[in-house]
Amino acid sequence: MASEHIVSAFDQELNELKNKVSEMGGLAESQLVNALEAMQRRDTDLASRTIEGDARVDEMEHEIDRFVVQLLALRQPMASDLREIIVALKISSDLERIADYATNVAKRTMTLAQSPQVRPAHAIPRMGRLALSMIFEVLDSYSDRDTQKAIAVWRRDEELDEMYISLFRELLTYMMEDARSISSCTHLLFIAKNIERVGDHATNIAESIYYLVEGRPLLQSRPKGGDEEYDRVDAPPDP
Amino acid sequence: MDEIAMENIEAPPAAAIAEPADAPEFRVKMKTRNVNVHYAEKHALRDVSLDIGEREVTALIGPSGCGKSTFLRCLNRMNDTIDICRVTGQLELDGQDIYDAGVDVVQLRASIGMVFQKPNPFPKSIFDNVAYGPRVHGLFSDKSDLEEVVVQSLRKAGLYDEVKDRLGDPGTSLSGGQQQRLCIARAIAVGPEVILMDEPCSSLDPIATARIEELIDELRQNFTIVIVTHSMQQAARVSQKTAFFHLGDLIEQGETPQIFTNPRHEKTQGYITGRFG
Repeated sequence: MASEHIVSAFDQELNELKNKVSEMGGLAESQLVNALEAMQRRDTDLASRTIEGDARVDEMEHEIDRFVVQLLALRQPMASDLREIIVALKISSDLERIADYATNVAKRTMTLAQSPQVRPAHAIPRMGRLALSMIFEVLDSYSDRDTQKAIAVWRRDEELDEMYISLFRELLTYMMEDARSISSCTHLLFIAKNIERVGDHATNIAESIYYLVEGRPLLQSRPKGGDEEYDRVDAPPDP
Repeated sequence: MDEIAMENIEAPPAAAIAEPADAPEFRVKMKTRNVNVHYAEKHALRDVSLDIGEREVTALIGPSGCGKSTFLRCLNRMNDTIDICRVTGQLELDGQDIYDAGVDVVQLRASIGMVFQKPNPFPKSIFDNVAYGPRVHGLFSDKSDLEEVVVQSLRKAGLYDEVKDRLGDPGTSLSGGQQQRLCIARAIAVGPEVILMDEPCSSLDPIATARIEELIDELRQNFTIVIVTHSMQQAARVSQKTAFFHLGDLIEQGETPQIFTNPRHEKTQGYITGRFG
């Protein structure tokens, strides 16, 4: 929205909200960068710092929650302002999940570092780079309100899903070849699944940005690269 | 949440969400086409075409001087009372041209009642305020019939329980919110089909406003309501359809939820988000 509100304090608050979301995005992104780097370098110091860093992301989510409730109560926003505020709430919850997955990766890195290195699974760092670039691009499209860029991110998730499936097969092969690698390979598999889920949250954010700008949901069904048979194997039990 | 189950959810086909199955049938109560209003040289309303749905609330919103009140006053020919005012275009109630030469304006205003910004009870008792219209129009057979009309009208206006023991007190002795409900009872007493409300809550406190809004919601079971309001929150709360006017033009009309979440026109967007006015 180009023009400004008559009540300028509302503009300032909306800007502040946008900045908070961007800041939280940067934080979640750096959590994932650190987790992936710690995993690659088997760096337990960095991994443990990453685990500690998650608290700050949670704190930011609470901060955004509080701010959103306050804006809804005090400003009674309409139309694009309402979407701005609701979308900030949704994106912050996706970012919180992304940071949680980064923490999971860091935790498994701590365990992995205790056992001998398994044959390098090259696809994991590659998956990590793809997931990171999705987050980077989607946060960029949030700042610029660029739906084209958001849709591009949304489509790239397919690639990430496919990488996950091929990695699943690769790790399965290792495990069948050498039973001693099962423990490490399982951790790697969970790491891969976590990264794949990061991609899903990046696409959620892309959908939110589309709704924010266009005022209607992105209704096409997303192309899926996942192979259900393999995808189901590590489905968490129903709560 | 089971993430696999989440992944398997397919987006619904566009057609499936377009039309809610239980949407009530829309019937046009008042139809207006290319309505133009001039006050002497001033072109106050330009080519307004709007359908007023039966038994629903239509809110007219827009900044001061946008033509929303002018349009409202066209709907029961209140503009006839202004010499310099000229109304052209098509305005129909149930398919009948309300500007036709043969229309009895007094009868028309009984069918299309009006409630004003400031409560304006007559300097008479509560009973006589409500009985005024039925007496003028001869709408009762005897005294007990008139009493019944008054009581029913007060009930429908949600005021009866508060005033039943003092129907002889002057209408002006009531609080602002009660006076406004008295005016609504007075409008109801002559058996209208449409009720026009011109900022009915602008002089009321939030509690009295909430009572009127609750009443509007009840009244739409039996009446077609058109309300002019400066409070967009009020329009959002009470109406099913919203029409946005700006500088004499009808800019946008639509379902109220759509207007307030995703207006199509930039001017509507600007107005409802407080970016100009």
